[in-house]
Amino acid sequence: MTTTTTPEGRLARRFAETRRQGRAALVTYIAAGDPDYDTSLATLKGLGEAGADVIELGMPFTDPMADGPAIQHATRRALDAGQTMDRTLEMVRQLRQTDQQTPVVLMGYYNPIYARGVPRFLDQAKAAGVDGLIVVDLPPEHDDELCLPANQAGLNFVRLATPTTDARRLPGVLANTSGFLYYVSSNGVTGGAAPSAERVQQEVARIREHSDIPIAVGFGIRTAAQARQIGAFADGVVVGSALIDAQASGESPAEGTQAVLALTRELAQALIDAR
Amino acid sequence: MSQQSPTPSLRHGPDPRGFFGDFGGRFVAETLMPLILDLEQEYDAARKDPTFADELASLSADYVGRQSPLYFAERLTEHLGGARIYLKREDLMHTGAHKINNALGQILLARRMGKRRIIAETGAGMHGVATATVAARFGMDCVIYMGSTDIHRQQPNVQRMQLLGAKVIPVTAGDGTLKDAMNEALRDWVTNVDSTFYIIGTVAGPHPYPALVRDFQSVIGREVRQQITAKEGRLPDSLVACIGGGSNAMGLFHPFLDDPEVALVGVEAAGEGLDTPRHAASLKGGRSGVLHGNRTFLLQDDEGQISDAHSISAGLDYPGIGPEHAWLHAIERAEYVAATDREALDAFTLLCRKEGIIPALESSHALAEVIKRAPRLPADHLMVVNLSGRGDKDMATATECLADELGLGEPDQQD
Repeated sequence: MTTTTTPEGRLARRFAETRRQGRAALVTYIAAGDPDYDTSLATLKGLGEAGADVIELGMPFTDPMADGPAIQHATRRALDAGQTMDRTLEMVRQLRQTDQQTPVVLMGYYNPIYARGVPRFLDQAKAAGVDGLIVVDLPPEHDDELCLPANQAGLNFVRLATPTTDARRLPGVLANTSGFLYYVSSNGVTGGAAPSAERVQQEVARIREHSDIPIAVGFGIRTAAQARQIGAFADGVVVGSALIDAQASGESPAEGTQAVLALTRELAQALIDAR
Repeated sequence: MSQQSPTPSLRHGPDPRGFFGDFGGRFVAETLMPLILDLEQEYDAARKDPTFADELASLSADYVGRQSPLYFAERLTEHLGGARIYLKREDLMHTGAHKINNALGQILLARRMGKRRIIAETGAGMHGVATATVAARFGMDCVIYMGSTDIHRQQPNVQRMQLLGAKVIPVTAGDGTLKDAMNEALRDWVTNVDSTFYIIGTVAGPHPYPALVRDFQSVIGREVRQQITAKEGRLPDSLVACIGGGSNAMGLFHPFLDDPEVALVGVEAAGEGLDTPRHAASLKGGRSGVLHGNRTFLLQDDEGQISDAHSISAGLDYPGIGPEHAWLHAIERAEYVAATDREALDAFTLLCRKEGIIPALESSHALAEVIKRAPRLPADHLMVVNLSGRGDKDMATATECLADELGLGEPDQQD
């Protein structure tokens, strides 16, 4: 496997900073354009101040095979409201007018990127102020498709490791990963059952024997209490479906945004208290 | 169609990474990768194991009823006044379609791998029925994902699956058709990866599925080679099969890929017409993309969002196509055409009336192409059509569409 230079940037700086502060980073996921562009932009712009250390911005796709109902419905709402890749990139550009520090990772599936053309997508994402990519349906076997070109373009490619990633596969999974490693806490789709903190801690320790890359843990983490447990040992804690539900819970879109930011503050405080 | 110069065999695909030319691959979440690698290894071992082949052959003969007849359709040939038309009678096999060939092969693999829980997606319900059947035969738990639209239009198959002990889970996402059922099956698989074997029903999905399903279906083409040679003393001039994902076509075509004199014709579903958005013809109306674990031709918009397919036949109602077909299309070894809902219904009626055979609406698409093509061909042209399934399951749709013109369901008057 080819080695590439690891892009240094906002992600590396942010995880170095939270490590220095002795706490886990809060990684928040929202779906771009859910429930509409303006509301989603308002949420995005508020996340950093509310305590999100890293923002995962979901690129909507018609067939989100690895996502549970919450994110399925959110990305459907976004598509129905007219969200496109151009508008997702525009959201990042607008965020960067007020926030130059918070790393943004685009998360989604390969086909919308492939349809646009990989070089064009990478140029546009870099120019918009994107820091990294998480593409669920590109395992290391397909690194030549997007991972290696992304690294060359100066974007981090954040890989998922799972409970099924055994010792044979782990080196390949880690090889071209940069920014952080996303440890999927349980087999399944997003928004599923809460993981056992004890087992996840063992898994994180196992991966640390191979690499010092920051490890963020996600899937099934919904509450401050759960975040506190995982945040006691992981470098980052990812919350997605719970924030999506918060966005959908408001009587108005603006109230949904307030609910997302309130939950974000609570989660951020939990991570400070965790250690 | 371009003639192949004496080149290396076309039957050796895919490459070790699962590609047929640009198409195929393993575009799946990390959770599934180790399992897919295990499956590949287990399949390689099974292929080299004579006891696996023996058991499959024995069950194919005594449980499925193979080999299926190659039937000379005399009255259809006479009516169309051109090519000599043979029907490969997969409709006569146990469960009423070719799907059983693959379901049987895969459940033997599941047993080798120690899996006790089977899941599958289904469109028309024939793959679901075949899977529920072999799961019952081997005493395994079985869950079938089926779009809610398809559950409505293929009701008899839902009842058959339930009778066989399978749980049928309706999928309401999207248009509630085959694509959505496959998404949901993949979500189940990723959640129950340790216990569960996913029996994919067509020559699509992540490697090694396209190759494995093709190999289990290739019994169709191997039998045709032998049967037509016995009856006519030579290979056929053309093979015609319908294509949704493309498993019955791939099974028929594959043993003939290295015989350039045999024309291969795949028939996609043109729905309400290729000039409308309501069709399921991924090769005629789509472009390259990545979905459900493989790169292939897909119906999609400029943004790479997948379009909902449409066909009167639930089994062809899928926005993608197996990657080996995409490759055969790209290298022009096979020709791909399309038939509309209306043309399929007319072919459906014609076969009922001329041969006393009620074909599946899927297979009726292949027959629609035969109706267009056969009259223009000489009487010594040998054409083999894959009659991939029987049409009992389609009575509701047929009645809805044909009741008025054929007077179905009305008491007939004495002349």
